[in-house]
Amino acid sequence: MSQPAKPAPPAGRANAKKELSEHFKQYKHVWVFVEQERGHVHPVSWELMGSGRRLADKLGVELAAVVIGPAGEATSAAAAEAFCYGADLAYIVADDVLTDYRNESYTKALTDLVNTYKPEILLLGATTLGRDLAGAVATTLLTGLTADCTELEVDADNSLAATRPTFGGSLLCTIYTLNFRPQMATVRPRVMEMPERVEKPVGRIIEFPLGMVEDDIVTKILAFVPDRDKATSNLAYADIVVAGGMGLNSMENFQLVRQLAGVLGAEYGCSRPLVQKGWVSADRQIGQTGKTIRPKLYIAAGISGAIQHRVGVDGADLIVAINTDKNAPIFDFAHLAIVTDAIRLLPALTEAFRKRLSPHTRDRIAS
Amino acid sequence: MHIVVCIKQVPDSAQIRVHPVTNTIMRQGVPTIINPYDLFALEEALRLRDKFGGEVTVLTMGPPSAEDSLRKALTFGADRAVLLTDRFFAGADTLATSYALASAIRKIGATYGEPDIVFTGKQTIDGDTAQVGPGICKRLDFLQLTYVSKVASLDLAGRSIEVERRSEGGVQVLRSRLPCLITMLEGTNEVRRGTMLNALTAARAEVVKWSAQDAGVEDISKCGLRGSPTVVKRVFAPTARSEKAVVVEPAGRPPAEALIDEIFKLRPKLEADMFELARGF
Ligand SMILES: Cc1cc2nc3c(=O)[nH]c(=O)nc-3n(C[C@H](O)[C@H](O)[C@H](O)COP(=O)(O)OP(=O)(O)OC[C@H]3O[C@@H](n4cnc5c(N)ncnc54)[C@H](O)[C@@H]3O)c2cc1C
Repeated sequence: MSQPAKPAPPAGRANAKKELSEHFKQYKHVWVFVEQERGHVHPVSWELMGSGRRLADKLGVELAAVVIGPAGEATSAAAAEAFCYGADLAYIVADDVLTDYRNESYTKALTDLVNTYKPEILLLGATTLGRDLAGAVATTLLTGLTADCTELEVDADNSLAATRPTFGGSLLCTIYTLNFRPQMATVRPRVMEMPERVEKPVGRIIEFPLGMVEDDIVTKILAFVPDRDKATSNLAYADIVVAGGMGLNSMENFQLVRQLAGVLGAEYGCSRPLVQKGWVSADRQIGQTGKTIRPKLYIAAGISGAIQHRVGVDGADLIVAINTDKNAPIFDFAHLAIVTDAIRLLPALTEAFRKRLSPHTRDRIAS
Repeated sequence: MHIVVCIKQVPDSAQIRVHPVTNTIMRQGVPTIINPYDLFALEEALRLRDKFGGEVTVLTMGPPSAEDSLRKALTFGADRAVLLTDRFFAGADTLATSYALASAIRKIGATYGEPDIVFTGKQTIDGDTAQVGPGICKRLDFLQLTYVSKVASLDLAGRSIEVERRSEGGVQVLRSRLPCLITMLEGTNEVRRGTMLNALTAARAEVVKWSAQDAGVEDISKCGLRGSPTVVKRVFAPTARSEKAVVVEPAGRPPAEALIDEIFKLRPKLEADMFELARGF
């Protein structure tokens, strides 16, 4: 409920004064939750480490990685890797009870860590795991949490200024957590740039006990069914993405997008209406309520470029739009545009790329 | 069995305006709907009730006009509707919202029977945070099951539930206990249409309206703007990119060739990268 109150709220939110209690003044340092599940660190953790490093440097504090997982190699390796992405230290909660993600155990580990070591800023990935955990932790700690941030800054009085899209991306808002600590934020994968990995063999490690045994955890994992179609999860990390929109007119024509993607070794995606029509599976949707992508090349065929789509592709290095309408909004943010029928251009493009990228051509260029 | 479903009335389109002074969203004049994700939660709740018996109570916090969404939920077959409405709730962020809703759920429990399950949608289409579900859950000290795609089984006598939930890279099959809070993933079930009969009853049905006091909210300072640790300092439009797209003019050449030339002209390094990628195929 965010319509203006009657009577009007006192002086508006913008002027809310920062009144940090003595207790919260002890809160220092920036933390990044390193998300690992089944032995794999989610790359969003390193992307966040890049932002965390910048914030920590501005505040003149340390950057810590929080690694929660089963005892053993994978968990220590995740901490070691965190040093390479800029962490000064790592808090590790290692216990076999933490092998699979469960809200109860992870929430306990993270809230106990926060209450003990008092970070000023705590960042998590806006993944299914990160959102499940962040919401529970923020409520347990009774602090503010800003979801899906696209920009994180420290302002003049050292507060975290977290900017996020609102109302489906039509507006941006900058949100502060003034009177509570830690200041928590989540960021979607691929929104922040991946920092450079620098070999750094050492960093401080602080181990912390979970203080919970399996019997304390009500929820049990009966099975884990990995996604069959492995390729689907790659959209966010693909170097080249070809996507189609309603301009393709039919499910059959969407093949044209897949064929071009196939020739390019690219991933394919779509705008939301195609998912709603059931033409393409939901994990291929790009945008505000789909995936954020950051490819070197993005080809959008028959996509109008609504703001909700745009926010998912703004990080692409080169956006190429194919659209019959020269006034389509996508031309406002595409780098290259061709005003033509995508249904006719796509097959020609597939053929032309096939020729250009054939081994024969490569050898000729190489020599 | 008693199930509480939290729904939210949201603007139907991205056509919104921002209040120039308070930096809050003004909804006047914008058509509203039930948050689409919540419909999957409502549907799942109704199916469980149809199968196991019991009652479904729908709950929303919002302005008096949110009654429309509750009536809509009644036409789908919900048994009871509660509207939590009070100016003290205005301007609430997710933490304050979860406080108010959890208070109301406690009161619903005391008045109509303790809930076994609380359902919410995965997230709302206006706020997009996915935080209110977990927030309510923690405040009620229920077990948290988010992004659920399927309630696989329910054992009321044994107080146990099995669900499938989306996690990173796969689906977790979980067994947990009641009472629990479930946030429902979209596309998980086919949402029913309201029936004529339900529509007639819904039109006459009473929507229970509670103020903060009625709902037994203990600490009013934890509600609304005052109870929100997050503060919106600035709302602004995304900056438009200054350069417009370079438009490819094929000028007599095959358009596909012309486009590829332009791509490689703008990003020369891309050609080598693409050879690498294409080789795998
Ligand atoms: C809360 C919310 C969240 C949303 N989230 C997302 C999201 O995550 N992702 C997303 O994509 N959308 C999202 N949307 C929907 C978004 O607002 C647009 O409706 C959607 O992106 C439009 O898809 P489109 O461009 O494919 O279709 P349309 O808007 O129908 O546009 C089709 C385009 O194709 C062009 N065209 C037609 N024929 C041809 C042809 N033969 N060749 C070439 N071009 C042609 C037309 O000129 C037009 O520009 C969301 C909306 C809301 C309200």
